[in-house]
Amino acid sequence: MERLQSIADFNSLRRRLQVDSDYSRPVIVIPAGTCGQASGAKDLILIVKRELLERGLTERVSLRITGCHGFCQAEPSLLIEPRRTFYPHVSMDAMSRIVEAVANDHVLDDLLYIDPLTRQRIEKQDDIPFFRNQRRTILARNEKVDPIRVYDYIKADGYSSLVKVLSRADPCWVIEEIKSSGLRGRGGAGFPTGRKWELLAAQHDGHGKFLVCNADEGDPGAYMDRSVLEGNPHSILEGMLIGAYATGATEGVVYVRTEYPLAIKHLIIALRQARSMGLLGKNILGTGFSFDVSIVRGAGAFVCGEETALLRSIEGFMGEPRQRPPFPVDKGIEGKPTVINNVETWANIPIIIERGAAEFVKVGCQRNSGTKIFSLVGKIKNTGLVEVPMGITIDKVVNEIGGGPAGHAKIKAVQTGGPSGGCIPVEMFGLPIDYDSLSSAGSIMGSGGMIVMDEHTCMVDVARYFMKFLKDESCGKCFTCRKGTQRMFEILEDITNGRGTMEQLELLAELAHVVKDTSMCGLGQSAPNPVLSTLRYYRAEYEAHIKGCCPASVCRALFEFHIIPEKCTGCRRCVSVCPVGAISGARAEPHNLDAAKCIKCRACYDVCRFGAIVGEAIVMQPGGEKHRAAEPDATQTHPLIEEVSQTKSTQESALLAVSGVGAEKIRLSAERRTSRSKGSVKAKATRLKGSRKKRR
Amino acid sequence: MITLSINGLNVSVEKGATLLEACRFVGFPVPTLCHLDGLTPYGACRLCVVEIGEGAKARLVSSCTYPAEEGLKVRTASRRVMRARKMILELMLASCPQSKVIQDLASAHGIRQQRFKQEYEQCILCGRCERMCREQMMAGAIGFRGRGEGRSLGAPFDIKSEQCRLCGGCIYVCPVCQLRCTYTVPEKAVCGGCANLTPACLEKEQFADMMCYMEPCVACEIKKT
Repeated sequence: MERLQSIADFNSLRRRLQVDSDYSRPVIVIPAGTCGQASGAKDLILIVKRELLERGLTERVSLRITGCHGFCQAEPSLLIEPRRTFYPHVSMDAMSRIVEAVANDHVLDDLLYIDPLTRQRIEKQDDIPFFRNQRRTILARNEKVDPIRVYDYIKADGYSSLVKVLSRADPCWVIEEIKSSGLRGRGGAGFPTGRKWELLAAQHDGHGKFLVCNADEGDPGAYMDRSVLEGNPHSILEGMLIGAYATGATEGVVYVRTEYPLAIKHLIIALRQARSMGLLGKNILGTGFSFDVSIVRGAGAFVCGEETALLRSIEGFMGEPRQRPPFPVDKGIEGKPTVINNVETWANIPIIIERGAAEFVKVGCQRNSGTKIFSLVGKIKNTGLVEVPMGITIDKVVNEIGGGPAGHAKIKAVQTGGPSGGCIPVEMFGLPIDYDSLSSAGSIMGSGGMIVMDEHTCMVDVARYFMKFLKDESCGKCFTCRKGTQRMFEILEDITNGRGTMEQLELLAELAHVVKDTSMCGLGQSAPNPVLSTLRYYRAEYEAHIKGCCPASVCRALFEFHIIPEKCTGCRRCVSVCPVGAISGARAEPHNLDAAKCIKCRACYDVCRFGAIVGEAIVMQPGGEKHRAAEPDATQTHPLIEEVSQTKSTQESALLAVSGVGAEKIRLSAERRTSRSKGSVKAKATRLKGSRKKRR
Repeated sequence: MITLSINGLNVSVEKGATLLEACRFVGFPVPTLCHLDGLTPYGACRLCVVEIGEGAKARLVSSCTYPAEEGLKVRTASRRVMRARKMILELMLASCPQSKVIQDLASAHGIRQQRFKQEYEQCILCGRCERMCREQMMAGAIGFRGRGEGRSLGAPFDIKSEQCRLCGGCIYVCPVCQLRCTYTVPEKAVCGGCANLTPACLEKEQFADMMCYMEPCVACEIKKT
């Protein structure tokens, strides 16, 4: 690789690359990030290579292996340029047909993407609703670039922003540009990046300054940073170089978790390439500007995403936050001024410089400019990474890009901001996604995780799950964060197991507020968010649990499955999926579910298309005896749970029915139900009793 | 000099002083457990929280780690502070009920019950012993291990560290059980603070899980000789 001695050298190289490339030649683009590789992209690459060689197409068709494009639902997928044909779920058998079709400029209709709503086949990637409704600036670059080929990046106008900055030779202009772009840190807190840089530039310390790229992405279900690092590592380096030039920083560190081996590999390759080309190191492009970047691998503690803990970890100590002030910009790594920005923030920098701040501000909304990548996962049709302008409504992201609920259940809420974020109920889906609106709704932007939940999700269980994560991931330095999360988890566990009391609920809220108030770092201060936001919007669900009923039939201690004979068609689907053989019955006859055997794995519940399998509350009686609560009213054949999850008003009445009415009524109605098929049920009841005793 | 207002009183302190020092300088009581003069501030017990700022920007910070800033408005006993402090003490009482120090603090704050499941731990992981060992004894024989629920204090791999000189400094500074094992004659080293307990070091088998970072324990060693 030739070393570029000057800016003119770079420009001539880029011109040469751009002139040499033939844009009309078809290219098979295979996204092979970690997600692509996991679903089989590597096999596809091998087949394509073999096919191209065997058919002698190497001169006519190119292959480009890129990072993730975002549509993880459709992996392994293919993109054919320049037609931009998109093939989802490509099997190995179909690959040779596709290669042939590409060579002959055909489109294989039978392999195209089918829109789940209209059932129509869509050829072009940009027409697919998932892509059409996005505004892809960072992710779109992933398609153009093979992450291990720096020439690809330079050809796609990479490093041109750096050259622009270097030729202008005015660090203040860069900071002004970033400031006027209104870019806010994409790591979650949303601190204006330009201001941060300005503070660092103002530090006059002769001992050097640090820039850090925070790639310690620990939120479960979020992988934006990974895909950017894997798919376009040079854009991060370019962003850091621009930042270093603007602030006078001398050293850069990319703090990346060891769990991202591919990202680390691509980053190492990118660093080596940039160094050998003279884009990194001493005297960059002959301008006298020097900056180098090293990689620090984190061991995967969630708390190390917090900036002061991250600094400690870089220094080689235990990842523990410390008190701010002094802020890292005053005292960071080894006491030197340090600026820490998220991967996505760094990836935005070249784009701002390239297009200009004025252009950048046009995207997004007031005080929240630009685009943000979200990792959209959960109970929706299209999961993957979506890049949308700030200020877009949640509804648009979930229903237009995400394609609405995956199953037959309605969407109930969306959880944003990772484990320390909050849940936003479906009634508030008109809320624009920006830093301020989300925090006013009791959630946070976080690094951009977005988990969609449907009505089969129990909000108390969600809070319990996240609290378990936080209890394990709290560094343990602050007493309130360590013990507080443990105690909150303990109370939530009690509630989901039917042992909760109203006093505990009050205590939970009180404790959550104190933990939020008294913890030192962002982790502790946002740790109670899952509890506080679910308490704020789904208090009725908590109360239902305390009264002994899990409206979504998730908390195992609080319900039992049973089959409504009238609804059951005897299709045997449930019988075939039951892992423990708890369901029996002949074809075309109502099946029987043995509650004693049932492990409540929900497999039958999910496959039943007739709604014949329902969860029924087990009510704890004062004596400690468990009873099954049946229909609150004789005329209602729907069991309690279904009712509760449908509407709020029925929820209340159902709750009354469970709680207010004594054991007498419950027993009566239970008898009424059992009288339907007396013989078998009686035997079942005795079995049940035995099993309950065992459980106690 | 930095001038700040504490509970409405204007106070001047030297640059670099913490809020805790400023509060104590003018005589406002702020309870602490993890703080010890001579050790670097750590901010683990959160008992010393005070409220700073005004209006929507008011927040609680640990006074032992927060530096005094010009014009800062500090409240050491606002309702928010007291609510937090009481909850912290309640949490401590729920975890380490035998500690006389915690009992006294809780009692002084009017806490008559705790509403969590009772645990019988000893250590609140304030890190005083660790800082004492590293900063004052220049040994660094013990340290924190693990995170979250699994966080604990001790020597690496629970093997007696070569750095340990059995000085007993760690035991001496423990705030939760100040008086345990400070006496040189083991039989008389009955825990003065927690009189309801047999000293852990004397009956190792019975209290195998108890807090005693010394491996071997100072008191036990003396007993042998």
